[in-house]
Amino acid sequence: MASVLVFSERASLTFELLGKAKELGGQIGLEVAAAAFTPADAEAYLERGTSRVFYSDQAEVKDFEASTYAQALAQIAQKAGASLILLGSTRRGKELAGRLAQKIRAGCLTDVKSLEWKEGKVIGVRNAFGGATEATQVITTQTQVVALMPRAYEPAPEGDKKGEIVTLPLDLTPSRVKVLKRSEKDTGAADIQGAEVLVCVGKGLARQEDLKMIEELAQAMGALVACTKPLATDLKWLPESRIVGLSGKIGRPRLALCLGISGQVQFAVGIREAKTLMAINTDPNAYIFQITDYGMIADLHQAVPQLTAAMKQAG
Amino acid sequence: MNIVVCVKQTVDLQQVRIRKETRQPVLENIPLTLSAIDKNALEEAVRLKDKTGGKVFVVSAGPETLEETIKEALAMGADEAVLVTAAELGDMESATAALLLAGAIKRMEGVDLILLGEGSADNYSGQVGPRLAEILALPQITYVKSMEVDGRKVKAVRSLEDFLEEVEVELPALISVVSEINEPRIPAVTQILRAGRKPKKILKPADLSLKIAEGRSVETLSNLAPVQERRGILFKEGMKELPGLIQALKEEGVGRK
Repeated sequence: MASVLVFSERASLTFELLGKAKELGGQIGLEVAAAAFTPADAEAYLERGTSRVFYSDQAEVKDFEASTYAQALAQIAQKAGASLILLGSTRRGKELAGRLAQKIRAGCLTDVKSLEWKEGKVIGVRNAFGGATEATQVITTQTQVVALMPRAYEPAPEGDKKGEIVTLPLDLTPSRVKVLKRSEKDTGAADIQGAEVLVCVGKGLARQEDLKMIEELAQAMGALVACTKPLATDLKWLPESRIVGLSGKIGRPRLALCLGISGQVQFAVGIREAKTLMAINTDPNAYIFQITDYGMIADLHQAVPQLTAAMKQAG
Repeated sequence: MNIVVCVKQTVDLQQVRIRKETRQPVLENIPLTLSAIDKNALEEAVRLKDKTGGKVFVVSAGPETLEETIKEALAMGADEAVLVTAAELGDMESATAALLLAGAIKRMEGVDLILLGEGSADNYSGQVGPRLAEILALPQITYVKSMEVDGRKVKAVRSLEDFLEEVEVELPALISVVSEINEPRIPAVTQILRAGRKPKKILKPADLSLKIAEGRSVETLSNLAPVQERRGILFKEGMKELPGLIQALKEEGVGRK
């Protein structure tokens, strides 16, 4: 039986891929297979309904390295009879996706937000034009490689053990890339992409000193401060790592509050994925009000201190 | 040291607008430019060359308009351009781009290092680097935020989601960079004028000894601005409606710990 093969270097993301693989496998008629390189992962994937977990503990696959893992997955895919390979769209997942796809001559989609089986085709949706549009695409090659974004699908639940672990000897050329050390990222660096709540500020902010009250509001809300491009690159009021949008980060927060931002598409792509979007702007015709759940026509300089007080009270 | 920098021509995304009625992007009459992160790769290559000597070659594939766009790369400090051009290369997929770039690079001698951006500004699929490394059987180091070359060794720091990874590899190798690596220079007028006189080699796909598959491995069914499903509640009366907004924030669970 042909299969859908799942792999991510992050077990938690593999669980999400398994959730999707089980659904697609049922629709297409594919067995669900997974690749694992630690015994704990192999066991965990089995617990979540994988029919066959292909496992190796060879020295070459102890550590993730794209070219080695591409070789390993190509061999596993062949053994598993995989026609669809689902990877996680992390940075490592993406570098693996391209290399693996080239190795097995497959078409490939990365950063896929949704994947559905429709009219005999696996159809993926991903951002294009820097996020201004969403492209709906289909891979035409016999084997297909798709890297799915984290949090795109619910993880497969535990307690569905029915498969087996297949230990597979792999024929691997060792990597020429030597890892010297791994270190924590600068903890002071703001994780805009991972933030649950964002307070975004734009050119409606009158003076640099006013950033203080924005920070206070963000703190009261448990939020991170992000900004539009001009605020960082032209005015240099905030570091460029805080830019949201086409030239910066794409956030996926639960809530984003946009202050003094008109909402051009170049900014909007960075917060469009927010579950709830709110805005305060003096201009009733600002485009931002067309894409928000809650908008208020007001001067942010008046509104922010009162919001901060209210949030502190709520806390 | 001979460094190849692979660049992509894209529309200037800062100028793309969306047609409201059809949700389609308006791409007519939008200027073409170098993809943003490729400029970081080029900047890094020029800085390396200044230290180690050698040459920087900018390599690209695309339609004939590429000749004009590539001037910016030459103005930024690349010594020569090697271009694969054809009218049909205007909307090329990653797999084809990687194949054409590989074909052009295989014709060059003594390439030590290939640099490129981690992804293109328009499509950002991040496939070309790894595909190219696979075709050329080179080690790949992606998402690099700083690097140094010492003889035949490259040390690089990769910026991954949760941590940094310092790696070492023997040249030749392929490296993709993130935009944090440097601030690309803005060429002076004299450099722009001189760019037009730098050597440019123009190749056609048929000049490359490679087989390009018929058709596409990825087909695009539609490409539209997404539909925004928002509640669209607007407090028009200004500050006196602030309690309404505060209520909405509280319902979202913020401010309560």
